[in-house]
Amino acid sequence: MSKILVITSGKGGVGKTTTSASIATGLAQRGHKVAVIDFDVGLRNLDLIMGVERRVVYDFVNVVQGEANLTQALIKDKRIGNLYVLAASQTKDKDALTEEGVKKVLDGLKDDGFDFIVCDSPAGIEKGAQLAMYFADEAIVVSNPEVSSVRDADRMLGLLASKSYRAVNNMPSIKQHLLVTRYAPARAEAGEMMSIEDMMEILAVPLLGVIPESPAVLNASNSGQPVILDQESDAGQAYADAIARLLGEERPLRFLTVEKKGFFSRLFGN
Amino acid sequence: MNASPHPTDDGDTAAKNHFVLKRRAHNLMIFELHNPSIVQLALRLKDHMAQAPNLFKNTPTVLDLAPLEDGFKVIDFPALVSLLDNHGLTIVGISGGSEAQRNAAARARLALFPAANQAPGAEPQLAPTQDAAPAKPAETTPSEAPSEVQADCASNMVMRQTVRAGQQLYARGGDLIIEASVNEGSEVIADGDIHIYGTLRGRALAGARGRKDARIWCQNLDAELVSINGIYRTRDSIEPDLIGKAAVIEIQQDKLIIRAFGFV
Ligand SMILES: Nc1ncnc2c1ncn2[C@@H]1O[C@H](COP(=O)(O)OP(=O)(O)OP(=O)(O)O)[C@@H](O)[C@H]1O
Ligand SMILES: [Mg+2]
Repeated sequence: MSKILVITSGKGGVGKTTTSASIATGLAQRGHKVAVIDFDVGLRNLDLIMGVERRVVYDFVNVVQGEANLTQALIKDKRIGNLYVLAASQTKDKDALTEEGVKKVLDGLKDDGFDFIVCDSPAGIEKGAQLAMYFADEAIVVSNPEVSSVRDADRMLGLLASKSYRAVNNMPSIKQHLLVTRYAPARAEAGEMMSIEDMMEILAVPLLGVIPESPAVLNASNSGQPVILDQESDAGQAYADAIARLLGEERPLRFLTVEKKGFFSRLFGN
Repeated sequence: MNASPHPTDDGDTAAKNHFVLKRRAHNLMIFELHNPSIVQLALRLKDHMAQAPNLFKNTPTVLDLAPLEDGFKVIDFPALVSLLDNHGLTIVGISGGSEAQRNAAARARLALFPAANQAPGAEPQLAPTQDAAPAKPAETTPSEAPSEVQADCASNMVMRQTVRAGQQLYARGGDLIIEASVNEGSEVIADGDIHIYGTLRGRALAGARGRKDARIWCQNLDAELVSINGIYRTRDSIEPDLIGKAAVIEIQQDKLIIRAFGFV
């Protein structure tokens, strides 16, 4: 049974694509067959983060418009078997995506036996974002610890509950998760950022994880490696924890406080 | 060939004794809708009409949806009609609007006039995911659309989930009970009282169609705006020491009073 997972936020630049790449990669590392789709038509991004930008021949829109089939358009990851990328088109405009077209692609992926289909949503709450979440079974709502990001996440949670295929057809609602990204413990301790407690209190959805602000993320995207592959890094480990929770395992939250440990204690764990 | 406009055979003569159909152009008031938010409208109308009370009395009016430009906006026609009716505007129909909006208007038994600058039939396209507010049971889930409970069945509305930014709830003809929080950027409205067992961060408007004795209770006050019977206070004018408290909002001597309650 395929599960469609949307990574969404409302607000732009909060870490959706970073998260999509790492969640897709992490699920594939756990042995699941995974496709990750870039819904941000016109602004290719995911292929860069996944490091497949030089191998894009056909893209998502080509498949939607019947110019290529899925087999031609799916780019197989060279690091991990079972992981495929469906890139966004840089040339087509946003209206190229239709509900029917998206459904056709998702159905095709289900028929191909994918366990997880990860949809990287564009920012905003307009058509592109609505299409990315429309067929979702689960949603990871990404938010940074600041007021406007939380407000947009709240708005998106409302849309998930009312404007999705599941909502419109009175099916069990989309399972919602909150993922806090770019959390800076030092700034949180200084009271410059919203606390995780306040975010959870307002958004009232279960917390999937907290990804710390980390230079490893930029390094990773510069080298076309999803940061989850960097298991030395705090962000990579936090994403691995989030994957475990997504798969139903229990993991304590980490990286919430300012790191005061020395080199050795870090090396040998807690 | 009979050119007479009133045929004279027996059957038609019989009908003519009861009614005659004719065309006549009437001068109708046009109410341009720029924002479908019932709360906003209620507040603005109150201000506007206060300056010129009794200006309108059963004035036949067409609701023009064209200025909305957003075919996705779900409009709560029954609530809108009764709100405008309170101000002397009798809505006879709508013009403009998307197909979904026009369908919703038709369901509210409003006549459909063609848009002023649009050929009839040229409707804006709508994604199939958008539709008018479906009829809601008394216990409801939040929706982008203003949800409403008809007054003739259970008139109180119970909401279990968080009311989120961008959402609107309207308990028409009754009380609104919310077991969760009302988030910033959302609006909850009731013709009767409002009870919020979580935090009120958004806007709450009780006694929306004129009831001075309506009240709002909330477990934790952090509101953007509170209003009873059209008298309102924004966050700026709420006493800072009441923020974060369990509070009740009511009208005393025509003033909106907020006081803490419980174990203060
Ligand atoms: N945990 C993190 N630590 C540091 N930088 C981060 C982190 N997560 C994301 N970033 C940076 O934030 C920026 C935006 O990230 P990303 O592209 O993933 O966001 P997005 O939500 O997909 O943006 P858009 O809305 O434009 O699609 C990037 O420069 C990325 O490197
Ligand atoms: Mg992105």
